[in-house]
Amino acid sequence: MYGSTLNGIIMKNKVKSWVFILLMTTSVVVGAISCKPKVSDADLKAKIETVTADHPNVVVSVKDGAVTLSGTVASEEDRSRLAEVAKNADPNNVKSVANELTVEAAPIVTNTDDADLTAKVADATKDYPSVKAEVSSGIITVTGSIEQARVQPLKMALDALNPKKVDMSGLTVK
Amino acid sequence: MGLLDKYKTLLDTAKASGIPDLQYAEQEGVLQIRGTAPNADTKNKLWDVYNQIDPNFLSGDVVMNIDVSSAVEGSQVRVATQESNLNIRKGPGTDQPIVGKAAKGEVIILISRANDQWWLVRTKDGEEGYCYAQYLEPVE
Repeated sequence: MYGSTLNGIIMKNKVKSWVFILLMTTSVVVGAISCKPKVSDADLKAKIETVTADHPNVVVSVKDGAVTLSGTVASEEDRSRLAEVAKNADPNNVKSVANELTVEAAPIVTNTDDADLTAKVADATKDYPSVKAEVSSGIITVTGSIEQARVQPLKMALDALNPKKVDMSGLTVK
Repeated sequence: MGLLDKYKTLLDTAKASGIPDLQYAEQEGVLQIRGTAPNADTKNKLWDVYNQIDPNFLSGDVVMNIDVSSAVEGSQVRVATQESNLNIRKGPGTDQPIVGKAAKGEVIILISRANDQWWLVRTKDGEEGYCYAQYLEPVE
């Protein structure tokens, strides 16, 4: 008798606790569906910055999930690609991307060290004894004469030294 | 006519040639072009186009420096001299003593690119030294 009453109480408690667990689980699941996990603007910004890290001049800002990209990139391709990349960094949480990037190509570096360029020009023109080349302010001025077939190899060799200009207007082509 | 218009065909060819790092800009009246072509044929094609627009390059309004990406260390390169043998030197510079020769058309191994002008090479006979890079063409 006594034993069965005890069993009854335990059974009741078991059922109660099962109901409790079930209720809890349901509420958690419903909660998860009804409100998405909210990613903070700071987290979103950090996430986007990891995918734009190759572009140090790009500034990422995020407000309420709306992303703004500003700063400079080297090409039009980079400009449109970065907007895409920012959106895809977290498609569920990035609400919009405002692309305020500007394209600013880095200037092409030329060799303006005349001493260095003069030494390199001497190497490049060694096999052209009838050609004279002088260097001034990064400009190579070529005079003398040359066979037609050798004009291109000479110009290729001189352009490979990254001068500001190669002036061959005074060169006689035979 | 601006330089970008004058050399439009050249730039369009370059853009269509698979040069991932293509860069060009008009600077101080000269169109500067840089980039790395996938192979020697592409580079030569660009030079042909350039020569067509400006025969013998007499205008002097372009400086085009196109590298070739297949010229990597350990790859084969062909000696592309006009007709003579190519000097192999002890160090990178024409003031360096000649330690060997490679014949025109000979295929040798590129060991390393000491700089843009001088590459360290090894011939089949095991001769090792520096050659002027302009006379070496990657074998595709």
